[in-house]
Amino acid sequence: MPRGIKDKVAILGMGCSRFGERWDASPEDLMVEAYSEALADAGITPDQIDAAWFSTHMDDIGVGRGGTPMGIALRLPFIGVTRVENFCAGGSEAVRAAVYAVASGACDIALAVGVEKLKDTGYGGLPLPSVGTLIPQWYPNAVAPANFAQLASAYQAKHGVNRADLKRAMAHVSVKSHANGALNPKAHLRKPITEEQVLNAQIIAEPLGLFDCCGVSDGAAACIVTTPEIAKALGKTNLVTFKALQVAVSNGWEMHANEWDGSYVHTARIAARRAYEEAGVKVPRDEIGMMEVHDCFSITELVTTEDLFISPEGGAIRDVLDGFYDASGKIPCQIDGGLKCFGHPIGASGIRMLYEMYLQLQERAGDRQLGDPRLGLTHNLGGQPSQNACSISIVGHYDD
Amino acid sequence: MTTGIVAFGAYVPRLRLSRQAIYEANAWYAPNLKAKAKGTRSLANWDEDPITMAVAAARDSLPSAGAFPALSGVVLASNTLPFADRLNAGVMIAALNLDEDVEALDVTGSRRAALSAVSQAVSRNKADGGRILVAAADLRQTRAASASEMDFGDGAAAVVIGDEGVLAEHLASAAVTVDFVDHFRAAGEDVDYVWEERWIRDEGVAKIAPRAIKAALDKAGLTAGEVDHFIFPTLFKGIDAQLAKQVGIRPDAAVDNMAGQIGDTGVGHGLLLLAGVLADARPGAVILMLEFGAGAEAAIFRTTDLISRFKPRRGLAGWLARLKEDRSYTRFLAYRGRLELEKGMRGEQDKKTALTTLYRHRKAIMGLVAGRCRETGKVHYPPSRLSYDPQCSALDTQDPHPLADRRARILSWSAESLSYYPAPPHHYGQLDFEGGGRILMEFTDVGPGDVETGTEMEVVFRVKDRDAVRGFTRYFWKAVPISDRAAVAANSGAA
Repeated sequence: MPRGIKDKVAILGMGCSRFGERWDASPEDLMVEAYSEALADAGITPDQIDAAWFSTHMDDIGVGRGGTPMGIALRLPFIGVTRVENFCAGGSEAVRAAVYAVASGACDIALAVGVEKLKDTGYGGLPLPSVGTLIPQWYPNAVAPANFAQLASAYQAKHGVNRADLKRAMAHVSVKSHANGALNPKAHLRKPITEEQVLNAQIIAEPLGLFDCCGVSDGAAACIVTTPEIAKALGKTNLVTFKALQVAVSNGWEMHANEWDGSYVHTARIAARRAYEEAGVKVPRDEIGMMEVHDCFSITELVTTEDLFISPEGGAIRDVLDGFYDASGKIPCQIDGGLKCFGHPIGASGIRMLYEMYLQLQERAGDRQLGDPRLGLTHNLGGQPSQNACSISIVGHYDD
Repeated sequence: MTTGIVAFGAYVPRLRLSRQAIYEANAWYAPNLKAKAKGTRSLANWDEDPITMAVAAARDSLPSAGAFPALSGVVLASNTLPFADRLNAGVMIAALNLDEDVEALDVTGSRRAALSAVSQAVSRNKADGGRILVAAADLRQTRAASASEMDFGDGAAAVVIGDEGVLAEHLASAAVTVDFVDHFRAAGEDVDYVWEERWIRDEGVAKIAPRAIKAALDKAGLTAGEVDHFIFPTLFKGIDAQLAKQVGIRPDAAVDNMAGQIGDTGVGHGLLLLAGVLADARPGAVILMLEFGAGAEAAIFRTTDLISRFKPRRGLAGWLARLKEDRSYTRFLAYRGRLELEKGMRGEQDKKTALTTLYRHRKAIMGLVAGRCRETGKVHYPPSRLSYDPQCSALDTQDPHPLADRRARILSWSAESLSYYPAPPHHYGQLDFEGGGRILMEFTDVGPGDVETGTEMEVVFRVKDRDAVRGFTRYFWKAVPISDRAAVAANSGAA
């Protein structure tokens, strides 16, 4: 068994741009916004950074391919900059690479930046992806809402839930995230909404309505990591360290075998088990203090609470309606508004999730600061329920 | 050795467009269309073309895989072939997952192309044996507010010509070729130019058709009075009975041309009517089929004692019962590309097909052939060199496993209105196939409320995308609810 990443790497500094329809900002501007904050937070100069990883998803909008867009935008001192991409989970991949570089001893200080500029397409929703030459010849010209909406049809069938009850629970998920996002000055969507609004909204992909879908946002986030020893030597206290960093990627089983029932995300369960093992978490429902999950759609958040073994299987609806995941609940979920309201600049989202966990653990989350959160979990899902990359991270205080 | 029809099938698209709706949309401009504003015409879905309809008719004529001797040839007759230079019958061979040593031929250029194709197939069988599938289909363009728009329909039919298990013996064929231009369509044009009906009837049909009929009867050694079923697809009302009378065929032998239900479906219409006749014919019935165009061609068949043994998969009656009446005239125009609807920016996506990729994966894409691991029994789509079972890391253990004839059930689905799709909302979902295999696949011929988790589906060969820039058509398979159930739902007003 590998020894794992627990407490080997600490967060030295983080930054996050304001998310939203940033008509004012280029992707380079967004990167500078997040990086400047992270650099100031870390209290270091650029020449102290040994290597960098860069997450951005879209090729044909935004900045294109390669490491140079980040190297040039941030005027980095000719260090290695590697572009990583894993659908919507790319931000977590950039962090994982930087953390592993530090843990290996190859780097003292490493940087991860994620950025996405989605609002240069001219239309709403996510840009159309390029998928190679084979997939367009047989695979539906599918869009994300319908890929995730299928969780709802299978979840209903598996648990004997009627559409109205599921819609109501999904509505609660979105109402909660809007209430949280309203308190976050960097969030894209800051208006509270009502359950009626959610239930009466136009259908985007049956049964998901407009408010069941997250924002499509521009934004960037940055994370600087080092060893706990170096962080302390740099004068840092109240360190936040990585307890677990796990990724599980589909191998085709879900899509091609006839065994997966379509009502959950298989990789999330695998990554969650590994992450709890790595972090030493025995009873997630008792030990996880807060979480940012990949709530691209309300149904995703709902089934994810089960995939993380926090709600019992088939029990997410009850927990959601009981307020278990509300800001005042046992495990606040999406306390920063989540993808739903903070926004979802694809390549940045995984780092944004970590940013909130970091702020909360450092008690710097302003109006939305929770009491005394201990372990924070991020769940960053790239792809679609039937084939995806799922990244789960757990962070906490170094001395816990 | 007797040569004749050994199998037959038909295909009629699900939509039936109300002629009253066509009239109402155009009444301001062409009030005289009111005379034709009765009944319905068949309307191909946006993702159908003569190739896909011919494949549907061919599949209708071929009982499930394995139970039918291999074909030696495929002939496709159509005046609206999707490709001017790409063997259209070759696309059919790929879709039907036939062996690559099967001959293929496109026949086109006249309204008697289907009988010309039958005649070629008969000759081929007599010379070399074998079983030759003849399919015929048309999807014709018409101008708005034209009579053709009302008269035409879309559809296809297929017969298999062979010499074992003959259902209807081919007794004779006869053709006369006359450059009688009742209508024409220049290369590159999409709508026919038609001369006056009275001249076509009096100078054309009445004078040219009897020559072909007489020649065929003489060859067969029969008299006109011995004909039990007279098939003559024509747009002109009553002309079939008039011609029958003129040549001495009993008036009640004239087969109804189904103008009221589906309209005239073009090159395939005669074979479509023939498929209807064969489904109900008694042994020993004499069938004379006539097609008029660039002269005329007649063929005579006599049913055998085996006629009642063959059942097409759904048959003409089954297709006729599977219907959804539609009153949307703009849908009709949009499906045929004659009305440019706003697609939005999402409609700008390039649909270029990598032909190299298509060729490498032709069995999987065109024939819907999966790979079945002989070690685990698991079915993989698309097939792969490595199977997904972590326990099974053996290389190249998958055998071809065709899925097109297998039923499937919906595991999960959605219907979305975000992507550009010609028939919104866009339905797709995961299908689990009987015997294994799972594909995330588009659904077609469905509307809101037609599907749910667990709905039983079958797959059909359709147009996946049209590349408007390069003119290429990309084909793939889509799922539709098992048709008998859909027909019940449609007829009870639920669909």
